[in-house]
Amino acid sequence: MENVYIPFSSRILEIKQHTDIDYTFKMEYRGEVKPGQFFEVSIPKYGEAPISVCEIGDGYVALTIRRVGVVTNEIHNMKVGDRLFMRGPYGNGFDIDIYKGKEIIVAAGGTGLAPVKGIVDYFASHPEEAKSFNVLMGFKSPKDILFRESIENWSKTIQTTLTVDRADEGYTGNTGLITNYVKTVEIENADEAQVIVVGPPIMMKFTVQEFINRGIKEENIWVSYERKMCCGVGKCGHCKIDDTYICLDGPVFNFTQAKHLVD
Amino acid sequence: MGFRMDVERFDELLTELQKNYRIYAPVLLKGKGRYSETDTIRYAEINSIKDVVFDKKSVFSPKEVILPITQTLFYFTEDNVIEPKVDEKNILIFLRSCDIHAVKRLDEIYLRNRFADSYYAALRTKVKFVLMECEKSFENCFCVSMGSNRTDEYDLFVRLEDGKVYVESKNETFDGLFKDEENAEVSPKFVLENETVVKIPENLDQRVFKSKMWDEYDERCIACGRCNFVCGTCACFTMQDIFYKDNPNAGERRRVWASCMVDGFTDMAGGHSFRKKYGERMRFKVMHKVYDFNKRFGYHMCVGCGRCDDICPEYISFANAVNKLNDAMKEVE
Ligand SMILES: Cc1cc2nc3c(=O)[nH]c(=O)nc-3n(C[C@H](O)[C@H](O)[C@H](O)COP(=O)(O)OP(=O)(O)OC[C@H]3O[C@@H](n4cnc5c(N)ncnc54)[C@H](O)[C@@H]3O)c2cc1C
Ligand code: SF4
Ligand code: SF4
Ligand code: FES
Repeated sequence: MENVYIPFSSRILEIKQHTDIDYTFKMEYRGEVKPGQFFEVSIPKYGEAPISVCEIGDGYVALTIRRVGVVTNEIHNMKVGDRLFMRGPYGNGFDIDIYKGKEIIVAAGGTGLAPVKGIVDYFASHPEEAKSFNVLMGFKSPKDILFRESIENWSKTIQTTLTVDRADEGYTGNTGLITNYVKTVEIENADEAQVIVVGPPIMMKFTVQEFINRGIKEENIWVSYERKMCCGVGKCGHCKIDDTYICLDGPVFNFTQAKHLVD
Repeated sequence: MGFRMDVERFDELLTELQKNYRIYAPVLLKGKGRYSETDTIRYAEINSIKDVVFDKKSVFSPKEVILPITQTLFYFTEDNVIEPKVDEKNILIFLRSCDIHAVKRLDEIYLRNRFADSYYAALRTKVKFVLMECEKSFENCFCVSMGSNRTDEYDLFVRLEDGKVYVESKNETFDGLFKDEENAEVSPKFVLENETVVKIPENLDQRVFKSKMWDEYDERCIACGRCNFVCGTCACFTMQDIFYKDNPNAGERRRVWASCMVDGFTDMAGGHSFRKKYGERMRFKVMHKVYDFNKRFGYHMCVGCGRCDDICPEYISFANAVNKLNDAMKEVE
């Protein structure tokens, strides 16, 4: 029987720093993986952490990791050429086919941009495969903005809106909560538009509500959940809500299902 | 097939079995109880049937034999991952009907639920069950309500009565072992009623989250998690990495039992956590045992062993909580 807990080792190909605490690690990887899925990333003797794939490419996946504790601190000490341990990918991920040919709106708060970045990357390089594509991104302040380069590139082919909750005087970009910008998105056919919302729990709650107010159907809204996870394979029980295991049945959920997930 | 023999003869056969089996049963552990100097009944290896405690319920369930409290998943050296060796011996566990039903719940999670867990499977495939009879229901048991009072999924049944051991063998592996013993009619008696009866409302669903019934546990429960640790169906664990003090380059990854009642179970980076109130944790546990496990797997998780009620230092009764669901549903309907 396969031992699902044994990780493989993967070389760090590149490290990019976005903010003081957010780095992207390009990891050697060949195999099936979808945007929205996650890996259990570990450093022996420190522990494991579930991390979303934020970019999928030939021979690699990129992981954007925020330094918040034991494992992520240690990961941030690693250099190009060092090795991390990984197992996965786990979870359902996003099914790109659902969105093809539709008006698509992605709303991402903070690190929530990481799990959906693969989707945005895909449609930014295949804009003809969507009727329209809008990405709304909210960060706390200008210094928290992630993926600046990608955002700039995206804006050449798709609609991008970047906002920060607050900024010092003189900041020329958008300010205010992401929910305020939901109102500004042009929606041609609210019955068919597909919406993806990912971010902190509060942000998801209010942003989804804004989209519902704009007439988006609940069955066309998709969210991704984050819960404590110790296994990724439906055993440890930490991620369970009602009869749903976030690691197995999610982390991506249709809102019609997600609205019944009460912790 | 049934057999009858002296205790001494049975112990000889037990010794014979020990060549291939580790034999676990509930035993009396002196001075290891809840309060210092008190005794407790827990699972341990036995050498004689006289070690087995038949007339009292074990405080802990037998799950610790197949799902150890701490289990090393692998050792790592500088650049290597090594799995621990699995003991070659098979395993015999003396346990009761409800406990056999509880193992089925563990199987559901560890062998199925999408992925199979190789550590659990490695131990589980070695296990054979020796059924112990319950002469009468113990305190707090409600196995009849949960339908776990009977089973025919055992390999051996053993009864100790008036200095004689009666054995029923349902597994031909053991036919040879008992072939020279005196034949006898042996079959287990099962408990047919309990003093504690629970009724799970048929219309139970998530609306009950809003009931006020949970509030009382905010105050009464102390989130110690004992109810989870003694439960034969609680299966949660937390991962833990450690490194050795004398050789920081080497260490191991382990898993240890976890409890949804204890602080930290849902803690995430950035200070997010869920179910801060103890009443919410009680609700989560109760609903898992008698509602959502059933929704996912088609039968209830709780087997009614009553161990959670036996152990709770605050005298919180799980069975009462389940029964309160009936009024609670009326309250929220
Ligand atoms: C599906 C999923 C995808 C994720 N994707 C990303 C991502 O792309 N980038 C990113 O930076 N982070 C991501 N996270 C969060 C990340 O897993 C945690 O930040 C990380 O586990 C913290 O580990 P640590 O050892 O550094 O912190 P610790 O020292 O363990 O703890 C710091 C805090 O994090 C909590 N924590 C511990 N383990 C987990 C866990 N498994 N999940 C959540 N919180 C935990 C602790 O309880 C504590 O409050 C994701 C989480 C999930 C569930
Ligand atoms: S919830 Fe209580 S009664 Fe039910 S199986 Fe667990 S310990 Fe036994
Ligand atoms: S219900 Fe009782 S045993 Fe369980 S956590 Fe609360 S106080 Fe502890
Ligand atoms: S992460 Fe362990 S059960 Fe989902």
